[in-house]
Amino acid sequence: MRGMWAFIHKLGSPPWFFGFSGTLVRWLLPVTVLLLAVGAYWGLLVAPPDFRQGNSYRIIYIHVPAAVVALAGYYVMAIAGAISLIWRIKMADVAMRAAAPVGAVLTAVALVTGAIWGKPTWGAWWVWDARITSMLILLFLYLGVVALFEAYENKTAAAKACAVLTLVGTVNIPIIYKSVDWWYSLHQPASLKFTGESAIDASMLYPLLVMIGAFYLLFAMSMLLNMRAELLWQHRNAHWLRQRLDVS
Amino acid sequence: MYFESLAAAWHMDGHGSYVWMAYALTTMAVVLMVWLPLARFRRHLRWVSADQLRQAGDSQL
Repeated sequence: MRGMWAFIHKLGSPPWFFGFSGTLVRWLLPVTVLLLAVGAYWGLLVAPPDFRQGNSYRIIYIHVPAAVVALAGYYVMAIAGAISLIWRIKMADVAMRAAAPVGAVLTAVALVTGAIWGKPTWGAWWVWDARITSMLILLFLYLGVVALFEAYENKTAAAKACAVLTLVGTVNIPIIYKSVDWWYSLHQPASLKFTGESAIDASMLYPLLVMIGAFYLLFAMSMLLNMRAELLWQHRNAHWLRQRLDVS
Repeated sequence: MYFESLAAAWHMDGHGSYVWMAYALTTMAVVLMVWLPLARFRRHLRWVSADQLRQAGDSQL
């Protein structure tokens, strides 16, 4: 327990985090690329086609992971926002801002791949279905955080405003999860369930789980890379950073 | 592999264009998610090394 708190405490220290994240990213990059390649190959070429949708369902292997991690990423951003508001920890600001563009890209991927999947399945690129509309709102929330931070001269005030926007936007998350049950229209309900049997065969499920894992790692890596770029700029004149860069 | 030939994998019974387009766009997004922050990191790194050179030049005067 004490070890965990010491670790959390160290996360708030820019010099320590800079070194730690550098090592972590070097490991994450090859593992993520490998998992993405294996998952994509498996899903695209090895898994059997769906008995009703045929081969178009193969888009699930990017659509669902992107959507799942876009939602999980919002939690990361919201928790960082709450820490930033309550304890005024600078590293939490950096984490919150680093998560926003990554979440925005993943949400856009989920929406675009969903549109491409919708065309052969529903006959339309876009419908104002509850799930799709609430995902579009998620995209605007992510982009809103990015834009709001840039709009402020005073970066402390900017971080505060972004944290408030992030926390207010959390309302949207349960709406996205529940949208397929509350407003049953076009979007199919979840195939994966935490409790009970998943509505998907093992031959299709395993590549999906590999891709979900790969997208989680991708999110973590991209967020860490964003944080490192931001820390480098914030501490560009700091002694510890200059020393470290001299060595390398 | 499920498909009997590469041509069949490309065509996917008429769904190939949708599936491959979705994967191509996602690949582009994944590359951007890694490349953009790395490019920003390198840009800042160049600024720092230029600044170090500037300071070294100043101290020699």
